Amino acid sequence: MSATDKLSLRMHTEAEGGSFAKGNVSHTAERADNDHANNADDSDSERAPRTLRDAPAKSDRTPAAKKPNRRDNKKRSKSSNKDTDNNKKAKKREPDAIEKEILAKSEKYQRGLKLTMGDDKPAAIKVRSKKAQPKIEHEKRRREIAILDAARSEMLLTEQAGYLEAEGEMERTYKVTQDQLADSLDINSRAKIFDLKLEEFGPYVMDYTTNGRHLLLGGRKGHLATMDWRSGRLGAEFHVRETIRDVCWLHNENLFAVAQKKYAYIYDHSGAEVHCLQKHVEPTALGFLPFHFLLASTGMTGRLMYQDVTEGRIIGEHKPGYGPNHVLKVNPYNAVVHMGHGNGIVTMWSPRQSQPLAKMLCHKGPVQAMAIDRSGTYMATSGLDGSLKVWDIRNFKALHEYSTMRPAQSLDISQRGLLAAGWGANVTVWKDALVTKVDAPYMKRLLPSTTVSDVRFVPYDDVLGYGHSSGLSSIVIPGAGEPNFDAYVANPFETTKQRQEAEVKQLLDKLAPETIQLDPTFIGRLDPRSRDQRQLELLESKREQYAKDKADGKYLDNEVKNKMKGRNSTAKRFARKRLNNIMDLKKLNEIENEEKKKLESEAKRKKIPESEKGALGRFYDEKRSTA
Amino acid sequence: MKIKALSRSTTEYTRETKSDIQLLPRNIDPELHPLERAREYKRALNAAKLERMFAKPFLASLSGHIDGIYAMAKNPWDLDSVVTGSGDGELRMWSLSSQETIWRAPEAHRGIVKGVCNIPGGETDRFLSVGTDKLAKVWSRSESSVASDGVTPETVATYTGKHAFSGIDHHRSRPLFATSSSLVEIWDVDRSEPITNLTWGADTINTVKMNQTEVNVLATCGTDRSIILYDLRTNSPLAKLVMTLSTNAISWNPMEAFMFATANEDHNVYTFDMRRMDHAVNVLRDHVSAVMDVDYSPTGLELVSGSYDRSVRLWDVNKGHSRDIYHAKRMQRVFCVKYTLDNNYVLSGSDDSNLRLWRARASQRMGAKSNRERGAIEYAEKLKDRFAYVPEVRKVLQHRNVPKGIKKASRTKQDMLQSRKRKEENERKHDKSGKARVPERKKAILGVTNK
Repeated sequence: MSATDKLSLRMHTEAEGGSFAKGNVSHTAERADNDHANNADDSDSERAPRTLRDAPAKSDRTPAAKKPNRRDNKKRSKSSNKDTDNNKKAKKREPDAIEKEILAKSEKYQRGLKLTMGDDKPAAIKVRSKKAQPKIEHEKRRREIAILDAARSEMLLTEQAGYLEAEGEMERTYKVTQDQLADSLDINSRAKIFDLKLEEFGPYVMDYTTNGRHLLLGGRKGHLATMDWRSGRLGAEFHVRETIRDVCWLHNENLFAVAQKKYAYIYDHSGAEVHCLQKHVEPTALGFLPFHFLLASTGMTGRLMYQDVTEGRIIGEHKPGYGPNHVLKVNPYNAVVHMGHGNGIVTMWSPRQSQPLAKMLCHKGPVQAMAIDRSGTYMATSGLDGSLKVWDIRNFKALHEYSTMRPAQSLDISQRGLLAAGWGANVTVWKDALVTKVDAPYMKRLLPSTTVSDVRFVPYDDVLGYGHSSGLSSIVIPGAGEPNFDAYVANPFETTKQRQEAEVKQLLDKLAPETIQLDPTFIGRLDPRSRDQRQLELLESKREQYAKDKADGKYLDNEVKNKMKGRNSTAKRFARKRLNNIMDLKKLNEIENEEKKKLESEAKRKKIPESEKGALGRFYDEKRSTA
Repeated sequence: MKIKALSRSTTEYTRETKSDIQLLPRNIDPELHPLERAREYKRALNAAKLERMFAKPFLASLSGHIDGIYAMAKNPWDLDSVVTGSGDGELRMWSLSSQETIWRAPEAHRGIVKGVCNIPGGETDRFLSVGTDKLAKVWSRSESSVASDGVTPETVATYTGKHAFSGIDHHRSRPLFATSSSLVEIWDVDRSEPITNLTWGADTINTVKMNQTEVNVLATCGTDRSIILYDLRTNSPLAKLVMTLSTNAISWNPMEAFMFATANEDHNVYTFDMRRMDHAVNVLRDHVSAVMDVDYSPTGLELVSGSYDRSVRLWDVNKGHSRDIYHAKRMQRVFCVKYTLDNNYVLSGSDDSNLRLWRARASQRMGAKSNRERGAIEYAEKLKDRFAYVPEVRKVLQHRNVPKGIKKASRTKQDMLQSRKRKEENERKHDKSGKARVPERKKAILGVTNK
């Protein structure tokens, strides 16, 4: 027994010993009191509806209101009439504006549960078990309360999203330049507009950490730097002396991966090389799956590699077979990796499945850039055919098409759904472009005599950073970032201690690669098949496997007899097995001979004349055939 | 042009001094929490693994008795003390917090101590014991002087019966107690002779238990496989229930007066509703040998049982299988078990003369917890509950290392039960009269007679 256990036991003896005696003496009486108190509570709660949904629909849920108890009616005289009147009023009352607003807000918290008002309830789920029915009902009610509470808690969010709105009819938001914008911004935001002139080693690719605080930039000609971009504090800066094609932060600002000329490398915050990932040959694009700790890359070989960065194992290696590749993006909603290919196809991958989860033909030419929004609903692609398309990736359908003068080199979608495209020397941003087809862009910027190579929105901020041939630019796009961050997900004001703790938690919650599917909510779902059906299907699959294995010559009866003299060896056995499949003249003759023999024997059997058989004739054939 | 861009001031989001707490804003928008189902599943799996990692139920083994422990009583007025009686007639009182004997009577009875019970009220620390020597004795730690260690202290009172006693229990409020031998006798504490005899059938009674809530009802079980309920107000039996095998022990549910649990020779624990005994309310089956004792937790939601298969099992009263099994290498046949009245510990007395103290929830730790710790535990509990049906989590949660003997026996038993069931099913199938299936809850019941 541990010390604490001992202590607690003593504490219990002292603290509860006395009261227990009392409790036992008036045991029954007290319980009766409790019941009474509970009833009182219940009736109170009936009067003050706990949930929004209860308020209008209350009267048809509580039995007391629906069918007033006779006894109660007798007991209560006039006062009860008042109550029932109130109830009637409550039944008729329409939800007020606030309630309607909350109900509208609750839409996104529903997670598949259909929440409706009042009488138009969805049909009850048919469950055979009488025991389970009330449980399901109870659980449903609890979930409804949770959904409404979640919607109500939006009230507690402190920050408002940014905006840029035209006031007069003649004003156009896309005509606002960054200089004009800077004049009407506070000093804090004004500092976010800057251009870094790095003309020697460009064009630049870049990446922001998930909390948007740290920036990683890599110049094509080998320049690498990390910085806390808001304060302008430089982390590490060095030169790798070879081509850099892509850069990518890992789970936090302590590690980052770089796609270099021959291999991918991992560096730490000080710029020291931690790993050389030799399995990633000539990588061109990198992606990191933060919940699975997987680094995905593709390259000149056209393969998709998944490497677990915590233990270093290669988790998956897929060959789409469409040639060299440079477009790879991770879907933040379900961690599926999207790849854009040279033939205009976009494929979606899970590390454990060698075949793509889905294929979409998106463009008539090579896919040039891609972006996926955080809800996993929309994907934007641009192709060398000059089109920029928005797709609904839940049902793989094209929604809208936008045009850029030249094919967009890079795309990104901000947290609040703004679409940015970098083409030529231009960056164009559209607002609400995913949901509807908009006519005019929201904002744009031209930096003459440059070529934009990479556009990235900063998470949790109204800033768009983009790398180009002569350095890096940062511009303010009001309304781009999520205003209210969750400190348990990503905290822009994270301290070192918090980062360390978060890292431990992240590692504890590391997901298995098998959890990556198009629908990430499949875990814990009920299997609708019956037990017999499941067993039948299992049996069927086993049978198929057996048939396939047998055809492949996995079992003994398929093995070729050893006719050769000399020593047996695995290599020779293998060679013989291979030989078995090759048709040569000798073998053909053998087969022919065998068939001939067969025919002859059959002919012999038929030759016995009827007269010889006599009365026992009908047994002849059977006897012969069995012999 | 209306313009606003996000601009968070650092002073609002960071603390001023080190003594301030860090601000951690939350936003529960599902879009900010991708893969939440998968992550919660992983957390549930981790929680399940941690639970099994911290599952160390055994706390202490209290040794002192020379023979096996066959009787035990917990004191509702003192959480710390417990009284045990052993096969050599010795009585011991233990302090659970200091884990030592605080009082003992080496020769309390000649022969086996068959039952002990506390005298309720809390004014005195008196308790009763009965033995096979036909004596019922009242003891008190504070009233009886002890000459020296190893000398039996004097009794407060002694009652002489006609037969060897097999069990004893005291009335909840009145100065009455009931003993069982070949008949049930009701004694007034002030009289030397029993005031009433209760019989129905003439066989030996195994044990007697008084209902502590519905105080005038008492239950007995006899070697003729019967369970008989008596009413003290009319001094007459209420009902008799005969089962296929005899019952070893009875425990009344402390929260639902009409419910009781029985420990049966057929390896099962049955719970009954005394108002309707033609079927058991629940059959709890996991033991592989006769169940020797059973006890309700003070909440009435859980049960503990000790068995001849050298194991202690803990049950949820509403479920058919045990939620945990406790065993120790040196623990022999378990003859008495008790759930402590703080709902946190379990006691078992066994043939190997040791009293063992276990945690009621194997991975739970006592002691003060910080708010965060409590929150984390609650979250983990909820997750485990939510993903309990997912195969991987269920596997971790349900797996127990069981002694080889029990494992083998349970496998054999399973085969046996299955073949029996198959046979029954075949018989039913080929029976022309169209026999209906007998529910499991009725199978062990031969008959009920109500008076």
